[in-house]
Amino acid sequence: MQLITCPWCGPREEIEFSYGGQAGVAYPEHPASLTDEQWAHFVFFRDNPKGPFAERWSHNAGCRRWFTAVRDTRTYRFLSSPTSNPELTS
Amino acid sequence: MADEMADRTLTPTHPLADRRRLLAAVADETAGAVRLELEAPVAAVDLRLDPRGTGPAAIAADLGAELPSEPDTWTAHPTGTALRLGPDEWLLTSTAARPEDWEFHLDEVAVAHGGMAVDVSAQRTSLRVRGAARELLSFGCALDLRPAAFPRGRCAQTLLGQSGVLLAAGLDGDVDDLQILVRPSFAAYVADLLVDAAAELVPQPA
Repeated sequence: MQLITCPWCGPREEIEFSYGGQAGVAYPEHPASLTDEQWAHFVFFRDNPKGPFAERWSHNAGCRRWFTAVRDTRTYRFLSSPTSNPELTS
Repeated sequence: MADEMADRTLTPTHPLADRRRLLAAVADETAGAVRLELEAPVAAVDLRLDPRGTGPAAIAADLGAELPSEPDTWTAHPTGTALRLGPDEWLLTSTAARPEDWEFHLDEVAVAHGGMAVDVSAQRTSLRVRGAARELLSFGCALDLRPAAFPRGRCAQTLLGQSGVLLAAGLDGDVDDLQILVRPSFAAYVADLLVDAAAELVPQPA
């Protein structure tokens, strides 16, 4: 089983984590002014690169914190040492 | 009829009370290699605080002991333990405090520093494994539980079999032991898993 490094708990088995999709998808500044198509793009459309992909992960069975990690979608290998919310890490 | 009506006192039952005998039998079956014990319920409070603010120091002054600063560690305070669950989260337990009063009191201290405290006494129940605890848990837990990697003073939230657990190492000090804190609804599953795993530690006739 693959080990994923949680920025708080360290390396743990992948079943302790859940996937949160693409990282850095910003909430629209004025949601009410969006057309249906623009809204659909925000809700449903995600990058699907072959290679490094920045993703959100949650350490559900551990510290229950979200963090961002870069993973290679071809090899499943985690490329970056993940960074958590810096405001919460002392 | 009157007598029937009078006796309505509710007495708390340990979630694993019906497995007490099963767990006690493990010590005999393994010739004392491993002992499983139920622990009495304690008051528990979940504390959320900004670790860089003044909150941790204020709580420490109130408890009479420092909060753990390293990830996944616990420290003792006069009536219980403080376990660090996350960057801004601690679990405080006390054998002396009344849960509701303690929650109210700690919340008052925490709110003054932008934090909060919530009573979670009913959220977890506790099992203590003594003896070959690390070997027993390794049958269902992926963490490296060897003393070098998980020494006294460490704690960790992880999976034991299919159930989420909170492990704490060496609460007794001199004796090697592990405490397993588990949701009451999963406690029976974890107890059965440990009893089942203990069969591997039964000494075989030569």
